[in-house]
Amino acid sequence: MKQWLRLGRLVPLFGIMMLGLIGCGNEQISALQPQGKGASALFDLMILSLAIMVVVLVVVFILFGYVLVKFRHRKGDDSIPEQVEGNHLLEVLWTAIPIVLLIVLAVPTVITTFDLDVSEKSAQATEEGGEPAEEEGPMTIKVTGHQYWWEFEYPDQEVVTAQELYLPVDERVNVELSSADVIHSFWIPSISGKMDTNPGDKLTNKMWLHPEKTGTFQGACAELCGDSHALMYFKVKVVEREEFDAWIESMKNTKFDDAPSEVAQGQEIFEQNCLQCHAVGDQGGNVGPALTGFADNDMVAGIAEHKKENIKKWVNNPQEMKPGNNMPDFNFNEEQLDALADYLMELETAE
Amino acid sequence: MSNAHAANKSVLWDWLTTVDHKKIGILYLVSGGFFFLVGGLEAVLIRIQLMNPEMTFLTGNLYNQVLTMHGTTMIFLAAMPIIFGFMNAVVPLQIGARDVAFPFVNSLGFWLFFFGGVLLNLSWFLGGAPDAGWTAYAPLSTTSTGHGVDFYVLGLQIAGAGTLMGGINFLVTIINMRAPGMTFMRMPLFTWTAFVTSGLILFAFPALTIGFFLLMFDRVFEANFFDANMGGNAIIWEHIFWIFGHPEVYILILPAFGIISEVVATFSRKRLFGYSAMVFATVLIGFLGFMVWAHHMFTVGLGPVANSIFAVATMAIAIPTGVKIFNWVFTMWGGKIRFTTANLFSVGFIPTFVMGGVTGVMLAAAPADYQYHDSYFVVAHFHYVIVGGLILGLFSGLYYWYPRMFGLMLNEALGKWNFWTFFIGFHLTFFPQHFLGLMGMPRRYFTYPEEFGLGSLNFISTIGAVFMTVGTIIFIINVVVTHAKGKKVSGDPWDGRTLEWAIPNPTPHYNFLQTPLVRGLDALWIEKMAGNKKMTPAEPVGDIHMPNNSILPLIMSLGFFIAGFGFIYYSSAGAPALIAIIVGLGIGLACMFLRSWIDDHGHHLHKEDLLKEDKGVDA
Repeated sequence: MKQWLRLGRLVPLFGIMMLGLIGCGNEQISALQPQGKGASALFDLMILSLAIMVVVLVVVFILFGYVLVKFRHRKGDDSIPEQVEGNHLLEVLWTAIPIVLLIVLAVPTVITTFDLDVSEKSAQATEEGGEPAEEEGPMTIKVTGHQYWWEFEYPDQEVVTAQELYLPVDERVNVELSSADVIHSFWIPSISGKMDTNPGDKLTNKMWLHPEKTGTFQGACAELCGDSHALMYFKVKVVEREEFDAWIESMKNTKFDDAPSEVAQGQEIFEQNCLQCHAVGDQGGNVGPALTGFADNDMVAGIAEHKKENIKKWVNNPQEMKPGNNMPDFNFNEEQLDALADYLMELETAE
Repeated sequence: MSNAHAANKSVLWDWLTTVDHKKIGILYLVSGGFFFLVGGLEAVLIRIQLMNPEMTFLTGNLYNQVLTMHGTTMIFLAAMPIIFGFMNAVVPLQIGARDVAFPFVNSLGFWLFFFGGVLLNLSWFLGGAPDAGWTAYAPLSTTSTGHGVDFYVLGLQIAGAGTLMGGINFLVTIINMRAPGMTFMRMPLFTWTAFVTSGLILFAFPALTIGFFLLMFDRVFEANFFDANMGGNAIIWEHIFWIFGHPEVYILILPAFGIISEVVATFSRKRLFGYSAMVFATVLIGFLGFMVWAHHMFTVGLGPVANSIFAVATMAIAIPTGVKIFNWVFTMWGGKIRFTTANLFSVGFIPTFVMGGVTGVMLAAAPADYQYHDSYFVVAHFHYVIVGGLILGLFSGLYYWYPRMFGLMLNEALGKWNFWTFFIGFHLTFFPQHFLGLMGMPRRYFTYPEEFGLGSLNFISTIGAVFMTVGTIIFIINVVVTHAKGKKVSGDPWDGRTLEWAIPNPTPHYNFLQTPLVRGLDALWIEKMAGNKKMTPAEPVGDIHMPNNSILPLIMSLGFFIAGFGFIYYSSAGAPALIAIIVGLGIGLACMFLRSWIDDHGHHLHKEDLLKEDKGVDA
């Protein structure tokens, strides 16, 4: 009985711990501050499992502490304790109770597993008659992991971008994940759980995202993918639907030739050296990240503050900032570098 | 050096050729201990780099090399060999045998592990260590430049062959060489866990061997097993690796369970509570260990059905594990608990392992794992079970069996310092990592930006690593002090319960002068309670048949080591590498031929000499 009383005293402590967990870390990246439906569902499951497990911990620790204090050897006591073989009732008890606890955890686990699956969720959404953007259902975004950057393609809207994922708020979008080289893992902790991007057409993965708050969030690669695995961050920009539509529109309307004439020199350098890998507007290759609207990005190369200095640093020595990445070193002179950086700083999307 | 025919050869030669399970146990322990220090040093380097945000101490590829070698070394070259060290040193004694079933194979297993480990670590000096993580996921591992991953594949292939041999050897030993009366349900729990672990090795390691062959063919001979562009599939590697990898976790932890069961019972002066439930739980954990590998792959995209099945199967493992925890606690219940260093480590193990266990159940909830997976939460979890579980168990076993293995008692005062610094350091290092993971810190990151607020917990973690380092150094000092001026002890310093304490110190070469008759669980304790000073013998004193030493295992392993070098450099060096392959494999095959051709019947120790020697020990 006494033990149960002691256990009761721990309940408020337990509540405080829960409150402590909520609000842990930076809200842009913490899984403990969910900002989307996926992350919320996972957070609830985490709290449920934690609650059950803390009960187990408390029971075991109290029992254990009691035994250690009560049954320690005392000096001069050479008697031999009773050699107990075991106790059937106890064995049954500590087999049965954990089974019950695990069933309590297993049921929501399985339900959530199916809830988070794309096919289930899409079907359910159609039944509910929600308000998906396109009439066929949720919008699809294709995510491709590269060493060490992220490509985001909006196939229906014919927009390709990199390193910054735009999402409309309060809407579910489906994501198709694949990789151009090794296995990466796509993770936006505050919006949803992670999923791997596998190489090969047959291993494309699907998941959904459903952000519930506007703002900028942090995404990361969670599967060891090479030397700069730790530098493979991306930004997630959750915006209102109108703003999203406007962004799509301006991305589509951006042309390579839109650049202002003051940076013509930089544009020429870009055309000769960079365009075969990096797309801008309607032109360019897809080996490197697309740079349409680069001027509005938060980061250079996903990791450095967006300023001219860092662009110059990156272009002439990309290996120093992101070891092992696939961009060749360019040995531009200072004047060329300035012109190029000026040009890149002017890469805005069409009005 | 107890047998006469080796007396005129050097001590070194004796150690290189020994087939005595006690000496091989020490060899395993010393080399495993060495690799533990190497892996520990790598861990310290990692913690220094992560101490503060945006450090530049160890970055990029070099960091990946260190993290890969830390994991690989700790699992394959430190934990596994130390476990084999204990199995060698203790299992034959616990079942009343004079050696293992295949002493030659036992020696070969050790030397293969040793040369495999050396080969892998030579990569540091030969152009760089493997950098694709200890899991070596393709295609990162198949496309990794340099020869690092080749060293990983060949080194572990050779070491793994040794482990597989060891596993088979212990299965046969435990099945066939138990003393009269030692039925399966009278075996000490450590022997039981060694038995189940050996069974797991038998079924899990072949999967790894095949996986390594595929990876080796992809890298050395340009095969395309894992190349999606050529019709291969990278996910196959993950399945193969984890079909080995998950049982491996139980291969590691079960012997620790065995050690805890022995130590807790001995120092509570009580019989193990619920012995048959403990045995059943051990077997069940081993069995379920093969059913749950895909819980390492919840984020791979196996679909909700597979994820649900593996989630529930994984949760089921918590049940037999819980049975074990409660039985340990109730073994202590009503006992007279003595807090020797060995028991301190065991007592420290129990709550720590419970914490690792509950995070294991949390991880089993498949969707929640979408957040935990490959984050520091997972890092915290598996260090709780491997360091807080296995390593505390191994320390406990060391302090417990040191008198048996070396005839000396480790210093208890230093032992307690060892325990407290290591134990506190451990929790300080790994407890904060749970939160780091949930706060969005992925695993295997060499840096993190300041603004994510991960700095202070990482700093605490590094402080903890300092404590653990101090604990390990204290242990080394303890070993040095003990061997410099340690006190010799009797054969039964702890008031033991099982057969390994029934023999004099130092352990005779032949273990038991007369094979003992076992009359129940805790055979020695039963005799003690019956008022007998010695075990009742099952046979009269007679000539004892012992195996001969052999240098062949070492030379054979050396051959495979040379061939390994050849395979590693085959893709870049061509002809010289081919010569190394041919010469190396030739040496190996020649040794096999010699072993088969030359009849080696072993030797006999004669009754008269034995009786003289026995009197000498008793006096």
